[in-house]
Amino acid sequence: MELQAVLMAAGGGSRMTDLTYNTPKPMLPVGNKPLMWYPLNLLERVGFEEVIVITTREVHKMMSTDPKTKLDIKMKLDVVCIQEDGDMGTADALRHIHQKVKTDILVVSCDLITDVALHEVVDLFRAHNATVAMLMSKAHEFTETVNVPQRDFVGVDQSGKRLLFMANEADLEDGLIVRRSIIRKHPRMHIKTGLVDAHLYCLKKAVVDFLAENKSISSIRGELVPFLVRKQFSKMTSGQKRMDDTETVDQKNDGLTNDDLFFPSRDEALLQLAQERSCWNDHRGDMSEAYHGGKLRCYVHIMDQGLCYRVNTLSAYIEANRMAPKFIEEPAVHPSAVISERFQMGSDSMIGAGCHVADKTSIKRSTIGISTTVKEKVKVTNSIIMHGVTIEEGCNIQGSVICSNAVIGRGADLKYCLVGNGQRIEPEGDTYSNTKKSILLEVSVTFGLV
Amino acid sequence: MADDVTGSHVTIPHGQKSKTFKSTSEAVVVNTHTVFSVVKRLPEHIQVDDPDVLKKLAKKLERQQIPRRLDYGYKVSLFSHLLQYSRKAPLTQQLSIPSAVIHPAIVRLGLQYSQGIVAGSNARSIALLHAFKQVISDYTTPSNEELSRDLVNKLKPYISFLNQCRPLSASMGNAIKYIKKEISNIPSQFKEDDAKKKLLNCIECFIEEKIVLAAKAIAKSSIEKINDGDVILVYGCSSLVNHILCEAFEKGRKFRVIVVDSRPRLEGREALRRLVQKGISCTYVLISAVSYILPEVSKVFLGAHALLANGYVMSRVGTSQIALVAKAFNVPVLVCCETYKFCERVQTDSFVSNELDDPDDLIVTRKGETQLKDWQQVPRLGLLNLVYDVTPPDFVDLVITDLGMIPCTSVPVVLRVKNVDLL
Repeated sequence: MELQAVLMAAGGGSRMTDLTYNTPKPMLPVGNKPLMWYPLNLLERVGFEEVIVITTREVHKMMSTDPKTKLDIKMKLDVVCIQEDGDMGTADALRHIHQKVKTDILVVSCDLITDVALHEVVDLFRAHNATVAMLMSKAHEFTETVNVPQRDFVGVDQSGKRLLFMANEADLEDGLIVRRSIIRKHPRMHIKTGLVDAHLYCLKKAVVDFLAENKSISSIRGELVPFLVRKQFSKMTSGQKRMDDTETVDQKNDGLTNDDLFFPSRDEALLQLAQERSCWNDHRGDMSEAYHGGKLRCYVHIMDQGLCYRVNTLSAYIEANRMAPKFIEEPAVHPSAVISERFQMGSDSMIGAGCHVADKTSIKRSTIGISTTVKEKVKVTNSIIMHGVTIEEGCNIQGSVICSNAVIGRGADLKYCLVGNGQRIEPEGDTYSNTKKSILLEVSVTFGLV
Repeated sequence: MADDVTGSHVTIPHGQKSKTFKSTSEAVVVNTHTVFSVVKRLPEHIQVDDPDVLKKLAKKLERQQIPRRLDYGYKVSLFSHLLQYSRKAPLTQQLSIPSAVIHPAIVRLGLQYSQGIVAGSNARSIALLHAFKQVISDYTTPSNEELSRDLVNKLKPYISFLNQCRPLSASMGNAIKYIKKEISNIPSQFKEDDAKKKLLNCIECFIEEKIVLAAKAIAKSSIEKINDGDVILVYGCSSLVNHILCEAFEKGRKFRVIVVDSRPRLEGREALRRLVQKGISCTYVLISAVSYILPEVSKVFLGAHALLANGYVMSRVGTSQIALVAKAFNVPVLVCCETYKFCERVQTDSFVSNELDDPDDLIVTRKGETQLKDWQQVPRLGLLNLVYDVTPPDFVDLVITDLGMIPCTSVPVVLRVKNVDLL
C-alpha cells in the first residue's frame, strides 16, 4: 500500500462561532452537502478506498444517524473519535492514531474545498523521495489577507517547488532572519506572503513515528512543518561527534539530527549508487551533488489556477456556497423537492431534498437546504438557507445566512443578516441589517502581498 | 579474448531461437542450415504510425490495467514512427493515487524516469534493479501458483508501465532478461523465503559484477591508455568515463580534460562539476566549437548507451559527430562500455530506432521573451529533440570493456560467447 488518507474533522471552527456554536464545522452544509463531503469526494475521485477519519463523537453520531447529513461516500471510513473539549492539536491526533499508520500518509483537513489535481502534490512526494509535500494556493480576493494580523512567510526556491522557509509573523520578533546556510545553497529564494495553506500534507511514515516519540509538537501546520523545513538545512552531526556528546545532547527538539528523521529506504546503498551515476542535479552553480546531499526534503505545490478554499471564516463559507454547484454533479433541484409551477429560480441556485417551495417565490443565487419550507411570495436572493427552515409568506431575504431549524415569520424583511439555529424572527419584522445579531456579508476585496 | 573476426566461422547453435544479424562487410561465413532463424518482431515503440500495432498495444495495456500515455505535438515526418511525450503530462495523471495495480516503488521509478531525475544508462539500470528488489521482497505467492511463473507475470505490467514512462534502454532490457531467467530457473521445491533470498542475491551479484566490478576493470585498462600530458576530450556526462578519469587522476596521471556539451540537455555541466570537484583541470566548450578545439586534443573518450551487434555504437546524440571530426583530425577515439550493454540489435542509421524527447525542452526564454512559445500554431514548424545517435565502427578505434580492449567489430563474438554461457 502506498498512501493512507487521514481526514482531520475535529476542528472547532473558532473563527466562525456564529455558525458553529450549534452545528459542528465538519457538518456545516455547503451546497446542501456537509463540509466533510468535499475532501472525502476529492479522495474518492482520485482512487482512495479507505480513509481514517478523526472526529468528535457528536460528528460521528450525526454522520451515521442523521439523514440530513448523510455522506454518500463509497469509501470505507474508519472513524476515530476524540474528545471535543480536549486541547488536541492535529499532530496530537496523529499521535493518537499512530498504531493504525502503516505507510506514508496524506493528511487532509475537513474544511478544504478544492479541485486540485492531487497527483501534482503526490508526484513531488514520490519523485524526490520527499519527507513532506504540501499544497498551497494563490489567495483569491475574498480572503482577508490584510486583516489577518499574522502573515505567513513562505520561501521557495527558483523552481517554485522546494520549500526553503516557513514562518509565521508571530514567531519572528526581530524580523525575518534567513540563515546563511540556506542562502549559500539556494542563492535565489522567492518569499511569498499571500498564499493560502490548503492543509493538505503528504508525510513519510517516519515523521509519524517521530511524532509518537516527541510529544511536544501539537500542531502540524504550526509546529511540525516549520520544524521540518528548518531541519532541511541543519548541520548533520557526524557519527563520532554523536558518540562524544551523547550525555550533553539537548533534550529539546532541535537537538535531534537529520539522521533520525531521514527514512532509510531499503537498500539505501543502491539508491545512493543510482543517484551518483545519474547525470541529474536539481541546482546549478556550485560543487554540491543533487539536493546538496540533504536527505530531508520538503516540497510544496502552489496552485495558481483552479479553486482552493479553506472554509474557516464566514466569508469563506459564503464564497464556498457560491462555488459549490461546480463540484457537485447532481442537478440543482433535488428530484424529491416539491416545487410549484409559478416559481422563479436562478441557474446558480440549489434546492435540497424534501423541500416545499410554494407559488410565486423567487430564488436567485441561493442555496436552500434539505426539508425547508418556503411559502408564497417569498424572495430569496444571495442567501444560504440551511436545513429544516420555515420561511413564511411574503418574506424578503437578501444576502443572509439562515441556520438550521429557524423560523422566519410572515413578511419579515432581512438584509445581510445571520440568523442562528432555531431562532424565530417575528412576523412583519423590520430590516435587521447591521444590528447586534447580524454581520455584514458583503464580499470584501483585499489585496495581499504575493 | 576475442579472436580475429575476419574470416572466422560464425555459427548459430541449433535449437536457439536466434535472431538474424547481418554480417559485417568482411568475409564471414554463416552456416546455411541455420538461416531458418526467426525474424524478430519489431518492438511496438518504433511502429507508432501503424494503426494495427497501436490497437494491439492499446489492448495489451488495457489487459494489464496500465494507462496509455498519449503522443504530444507535431512530429517531424521522418520520425513519425516514434513516440513523443510531454513532460507536463505524466502517466500518473491517469493512475489512482494510492497505486494498487502497480507497486509504489515502480511508480516512483517511472516518475523519476519521465522527469529525468534518473538519467544515464547505468543509473537507470541500477534504479530498476533496486525497484525490482523491493517488488520481490513485497511479493507473496498466491495459492495454487508457482513463484517461478507467477512472479514473471507480475513483472510484465510493471515493465509495460516503465516503458510507457520512458522507452527502455538496452542495458535495462538485458537486466530484465537476466532477472526473468533467474526467476524461471527457481526450482519448484524452494520455499518462498529461500526463493526470494536467492533472487535478491542474484540481483546484488549482477550489479556487483556487471556494473561495479566492470567499472573497476575498465578503469584499470584505460589507465594504461592515459599518459602524462594527455589532453582528453569527453562528451556529455557518462558515469563510466567520469569514473575512469577520476581513478586515473587519483593514480597520479597528469592530464587535462576538455568537456564538450550540447543543448538541450547540457549534461556536460554535471560532468564538469564532478571532474573539477576532484581537482582535474577542465575546459568547457559547446559542440559547435569541436573542430576548433580538436587540434589540442590527444584522445577522445566516449561513453556508450549500447553497443549494437554490427559494431555500431549507440550513444547520446552528438557522439557520432565528435567521432567523425576526431577521425578527420586523426585523434584516437576510445569507447568505454560494459558488456551488459551489448545488444543484439542491428542498426546502421539513427532514424530506425531512436527516442524523441519532449520538444518543449528546446524552447528557451531570453530576456523575458520566448520566441517559440506558440510553435504548435505555426503550420510547417516541427521541433525535434533526438536523444540517441549511432556511430559507425570505422570512426571508433578501440572499445574498452570488462573483457579487455577489443575492436568494434568483435562485438558479435562477445555476444556469441555470452549466449553460449547462458545456455
